[in-house]
Parts: sequence; structure tokens; C-alpha cells
Amino acid sequence: MSSIQQMSKNHNPLLQIENLNVEFLNHTGNSIRAVREVSFTLGQERLGIVGESGSGKSTVGRAILSLIPPTGKIKAEKIALNGIDLQKLSELEMRKIRGNKISMIMQDPKHALNPVMRVGEQIAEALRLHNNIARSEAKQKVLDILKDVQIRDPERVYRAYPHELSGGMGQRVMIAMMLIPDPNLLIADEPTSALDVTVQMQILAIIDDLVREKGMGLIFISHDLNLMASFCDRVLIMYAGKVVEECQASELAQAKHPYTKGLLSCLPTVENSNQILATLNRDPAWLE
Amino acid sequence: MIQIHNLNVHLGSGRARVHAVRNVSFDVKQGESFGLVGESGSGKSTVLRAISGLYQNHSGEIQIDGEVQGGSKGIDFYKKLQMVFQDPYASLHPRHTVDQTLSEPLQIHKLDHVEKRIRTALENVGLGINFRFRYPHQLSGGQRQRVAVARAMILEPRILLLDEPTSALDVSVQAEVLNLLTILRIEHSLTYILVSHDLAVVAYMCEQIAVMNKGQIVENLSKEQIIKSQATEPYTQQLLAASKGYDRETARRLLQFN
Amino acid sequence: MMKEKSLSGWRAWILAETPDSALQARLSRFYLSWLSFKRNPLAVIGLMIVVFLVLIALFAPWLSLHLPTEQNLADRLQAPSSTYWLGTDELGRDIYSRVIHGSKITLYIIFLVAVIVVPLGLFVGTTAGYFGGIIDKILMRITDIFMAFPRLILALAFVAVMGPSIENAVIAITITSWPPYARIARAETITIRHSEFILAIQQQGASAWRIMFKHIVPLCTSSVIVRLTLDMAGVILIAAGLGFLGLGAQPPSPEWGLMISQGRQYLLDQWWVSTIPGIAIFIVSLGFNLLGDGLRDVLDPTNV
Repeated sequence: MSSIQQMSKNHNPLLQIENLNVEFLNHTGNSIRAVREVSFTLGQERLGIVGESGSGKSTVGRAILSLIPPTGKIKAEKIALNGIDLQKLSELEMRKIRGNKISMIMQDPKHALNPVMRVGEQIAEALRLHNNIARSEAKQKVLDILKDVQIRDPERVYRAYPHELSGGMGQRVMIAMMLIPDPNLLIADEPTSALDVTVQMQILAIIDDLVREKGMGLIFISHDLNLMASFCDRVLIMYAGKVVEECQASELAQAKHPYTKGLLSCLPTVENSNQILATLNRDPAWLE
Repeated sequence: MIQIHNLNVHLGSGRARVHAVRNVSFDVKQGESFGLVGESGSGKSTVLRAISGLYQNHSGEIQIDGEVQGGSKGIDFYKKLQMVFQDPYASLHPRHTVDQTLSEPLQIHKLDHVEKRIRTALENVGLGINFRFRYPHQLSGGQRQRVAVARAMILEPRILLLDEPTSALDVSVQAEVLNLLTILRIEHSLTYILVSHDLAVVAYMCEQIAVMNKGQIVENLSKEQIIKSQATEPYTQQLLAASKGYDRETARRLLQFN
Repeated sequence: MMKEKSLSGWRAWILAETPDSALQARLSRFYLSWLSFKRNPLAVIGLMIVVFLVLIALFAPWLSLHLPTEQNLADRLQAPSSTYWLGTDELGRDIYSRVIHGSKITLYIIFLVAVIVVPLGLFVGTTAGYFGGIIDKILMRITDIFMAFPRLILALAFVAVMGPSIENAVIAITITSWPPYARIARAETITIRHSEFILAIQQQGASAWRIMFKHIVPLCTSSVIVRLTLDMAGVILIAAGLGFLGLGAQPPSPEWGLMISQGRQYLLDQWWVSTIPGIAIFIVSLGFNLLGDGLRDVLDPTNV
């Protein structure tokens, strides 16, 4: 265990993952190990999980919430939220956790929102699912959180349908919906990858402020290494299902694992534009 | 090599009609790599498609290699200019093998030495001969994009239009494809127009860059100017700042540009 | 990380990651589709029934015990026995042999309909979808006109003019069956028309015809094949219906529908005369339905 993990453990960690394995069986009987022996702890901090496609980063996020399709099997020594082992919970109990204690924002808000229901009603529904409050009180809370996500005209957005919203607006609505129950942990799975770079900044600022204000833990999953380094406190780099590197975001440039170093050096910048980009030499040893 | 003068393109009809490209003008010298960068809806892809001849009813002048484009195109036009598309999962026909995809342009233009040309095309993009009879779903994103580049190169064009060629690829694969494009440009003295929303890619690949917003060119920059952060327009400055990674201060100062 | 079972022999060849020839690639795709198809037991049953039908039709002369038109009035209306496996009809003809020979007629009808309807529908639909505009409008209105005809009424009209026969029944069925295929082809074409791979081949100077036939039509074939197999059941029933009404095959032809019609009056006491050919129609229709469903799951899995 690294010293970083030891430090977090002493302060009653928000989330503890020990030896997480996720395996998928496809119809020809072959098994694919999407996540292999992943362990980390999370306090009230921001953890970035970075990897390319197929690295298993999204699967980790979903495994925490037990949202893996039936062809997959989760096996872990521990998946604990504030000490409670999530693996031991029944589906009914797990539903009280999802969207309530642990929320997840995904890449495309249009997939998460019901297209035939007005936005305000959906958020109110999500709120009343976990809290027994009156409709009018719920509506007020929704309008409040819409203001918190920098929506200038909350009444209009409350009455709008999802397809009437732009990408950035839709993402804000999703954040509102996921943060309204005041969760302890927010998992963001590529929330800004489909957005323009300036909208991305705005959304990240909103997440930044809200996470700080409400004192939540954040797991931010992305493929963008530089973004993670600038937004998160700690970064985990994943390759082929395994964590190959873990470090403080500020120390990313001093990364040790050849995959991380390779990833950093193959990014195009205006400064290295007179050179051929270094390409990654995938060592088969990384697959072990 | 390429001269665009007052290009205007309207998309859609009736109430959904959009003035996608407004009075865009720029020149690209032979052998140069020219970049168009902008966010979604800026019109950059539309400009590229107008140059490729997709829109019959643009207004303004498009001159390629001295010839003004307009109306119908002779078959030789396609040998001069080829395009590489963004989505490697959509730009290859799902039921055609790599061999079929590469041999078809040769059939259309009745070129000879088909066997040799196909082998050379595959070699030039770094794909071995054992990729020849695979279907697209048996290829990775990077491999598909290489096939797309091979397909574009097989007619030996002088100009390549690149529409977000690496946006859908992983970072490590992107590096390989960008390297391939760089090498091909040098080896074959090609002229590139590269469109991307990723400023880093455009700044890396191109010597001259035009920044677009809402259908118009906001500013023209050279690579040196980007290195020295010498943008003059506020939109460009904002774009440059936002591309550097997350910063709370930058986010606070973001403005809306209409 | 994937753990794979090792393969040997021809299996290894057909499932090779890197095929060496176009043929190998095509066979490989076909084999994988077959494996997927095989997993559905009902679909396999459907396929077996259809194959059975084809085999019976091919080997009819060898499989039947008596001549299908041979009358033996002394033995009329006999129950199934060891001489006449499925009994005899009102003219003493062996029902078993007649059913066997009737399968040839069924196959003939299906084949003719398929061979006309599919190319016609694909051509009209793809052209309408690709060119759009006025061509689309005209072709679709023509399609609508043909689709408006009720099959049986048209068949009656046709037969009144042309005289009753199997060929005329087939023509009547074909005329009213092709529109849905045009619509399917048009819908698929419109979906694909603006795909990047179509733009790419346009960018290489391909003519409209090349694009339509080499690029668009191959992507329509799955939907069309599924529709065809499911339609076959309906076609068989309509042909039988026409035969029943005396508008299709004429006596003494052993067409199944005709056999049902001729055995109507004996339904209560000599049930086998009408029921046996009825069961044959039922089994074949069912077979095509199951096959069609199975093909749809394999070829077009998103369309449940």
C-alpha cells in the first residue's frame, strides 16, 4: 500500500475499494477482465481516473454503484462507503444509495433524461424518491439548485423538455439532478467530453464550486490527462484494467510508469510541433 | 493553391435555414498546412465540405489550383482533392472489406496495376498486407482511420481535406495518425486543410490557423503567434486560455460571444 | 484481456483474424452469422422445415407412392392405411402423394414471387430514397397505388380478365406484394444516404448507380430478407386461398388450397381429405415465420 493510501485510511475514508475485479463473459464463453485488482481510497477530495478506451475506467465507476450488466461479475475484497460494505447490500438497499448517497453524471445528458417529461418534474421526482417532502417544497428546491448550476432562467428550464436544451444546459440539468439529494460521493464519467472547450470550463467551474461547497468526494473519470491534472487533487492512471500509476495531480510531470510517461509525451502541443510525436510502445508486460 | 473568397453557405430550408458560413476568405499556399479551429456550430466543417464540392449552391468563389469551382465537376477533380472524415466508425462501408474499399476508387477511375497500388497504399499507412481482407468491425479505430487515409491517398491527390481526423481516437492512437499525416505531407508534397475543435492538434499540425466562430473567421494566426500568445481578438484569447486546462479564474472570466 | 479457446482445422481457417482472400472473409462472416443463428432453436426448426419443403419438392417423384392424379374410384375416401398413408380423396387419389407433389407448386409460387418482388422493391425504393425530390414523390405515389389494392379482389379481377391459373395467381400476388419492399428499401436508403462512407465514395467520383447498387442495396438486404421470409407465410396462405376459391391452380392439380376446397363437403366424416393439406400449409407457414424471426435476430438485432 502506498503512503498516500495509508494517509487517507487514517481519516475514516469516504470510499474504500480493495482488489476490485470485474469480468465480462461473452456469448462464445470467453471472459474479458475489464477491471483487475484495482484498489484505492477516497476522502473528501477529487480523484481523477484517467485512461484510454478499454482501460476499464468507466467500469470502475459503475462497479461502485453496482450498475454492471448481467454478463459481468464484480468481485472485490471491499467496496465500502463510509465503512458500509456495498457488496453486502440487497438491490433494494442499493437503490437507496444510488442517486442519494452516491450520484453519477454521465457523458450524454440526453441519455439520462426522460425525453417525454419536463425537466423540472424529473428533478423533483428524483428528489422525492429519496425524501418525503411536499410537491411545492420540492419545486422550490429544484429552482434553487437550478440557480446553483448557473442557469439564469430557472423557471423556463423547469418547464422545458430535454430536447429543447443545448449540450451545456443539459449537462447542468444533469448535475442539478444528481446533486439535489446532497450525496456524499459524486462520480462523473466523462461529463464534459462531448462539450465545447469553453462550455467545458463553465461546467467544470460549476462542479468545482458545488463539490467544494457541499464537501463531497469526487471521482472524475476522463481520457484527458491534462484536464485531470488541472482539476483534480490526485490522479489514477489505468491501462488494460489495472491501475498503473497513482500520484498527486501536481506531480504528474514526474510520473514513473512508462505508460504514463508515454501518454504525456505523445500529446501534440504547439511547442513540439517541429517534431514527430513520440508514440506509445505498448509493453505486453503491462497486461500482466 | 486554394483560394477562398467571400464564401457563403446556407444550410437547411424554410424556417430551419441557417447561414452556416459567412463571408469566409482565406488562401492556402501549395504544400502548406492550414488549420480551421472553432467550436461546434462555428461552420468549420461546412467550409471544408463546400471546398470538397458537396454543396452546389454556395456563393462566393472557390479556386483550386487556378480553376474556379462551380457546378458540375469532371472526374479529374476527385483525383486532385480528397477528404478524410472524422468518425472512423462511419467512414468505411460496413460490408466492404479493406480491399474493396481501396480498389473501388481505382475501378472508378480505371487505373491500372490495381494489385500494386493497393499494396503500396496499405504500406504507406503502416498497415500490413494481412489487413487487406478484414471488415471494418474487425479493425480498431486507429486502423480504420489509417484505411480512410489510404483510401484518400490511393488516387494520389495533391490536396487533403481533413475533417477532425483524430477527434474520435485515443490520445496514443492520435499521435500515430498525426505522425502518419505529417510524414505523408512531406513525402508527397501535399497541401492540407485541417479542421478541428482541438486547438492543440491544429497548432501542432498547421502553419497558418484561422479561428472561426458562428460562421465567420474571427482571426488569422500563425504558429509563432500562438506560441507567443499573441492573439488580438477576445474570442481567440478566450479559446487559447480555455485550451490550457482547467483554471477557476479563466472559467470566471468566460464571456458569451454572439 | 481475453482468454480464448484454441481452434483447429477448418474452424481455425474460417475464423482467422486475418483472412487472406475475399472469399475467406465472406465465408467467415457467413459462418459467424450461422453460429449466431444456431443458438435459437426455434429458428433452426424453421430452417429445417423450409429445407424439408425444398427436399420434398425436389425428390417428389421418388417419395410419392402413387401418381398424384391417378384415380382409383373403388378406393375413394379411405382412411389412412398402410397402402394410402394419408388416406384417399373423393376420387380415390392418394393424399400423401398429392401433398408431396403439391409442395412443388408451393415452392414454385414462393420462388416466382420472391424473384420478382425483391429486385423490383429494392430498385424502386433505393432510387426513390437516394434521389429524393420529385422522383421520390412520383415513385412513392406509384407504390401507394399498388399498395391500395386488396389482394383477393385484384386476383378476382385479374382472373376474370386473364382466366384462372397458377401463373395469373402469382402475378396477382406479386403486384400487391412488392410495395412494402420498396418502402423498406427507401427507409434504409434515407437513413444511410448521408453517412460518411457514402460521402466518401461520392468524393471519389462514384456515379449514382454505383453508389445505389454497390453501397446502399447491400445494406438493405437484411431487412428485405427478413421481410421476405415473414411474407412467405402470407403468400402461401393467399395462394392457398386463391386455390380454394378456384382462382389459382385448377383441378386435377394437387395444389394444397385446392385440395382443401375439394374436400370441404367431406369434412365431418372424412376429415383427412381437407385437414391433411391444411396441416401442410400450417407447417410450412410456421416454418417460414420461425425462420424469418430467427433471421431478424441475427441480421437486424436492433429491430426487436
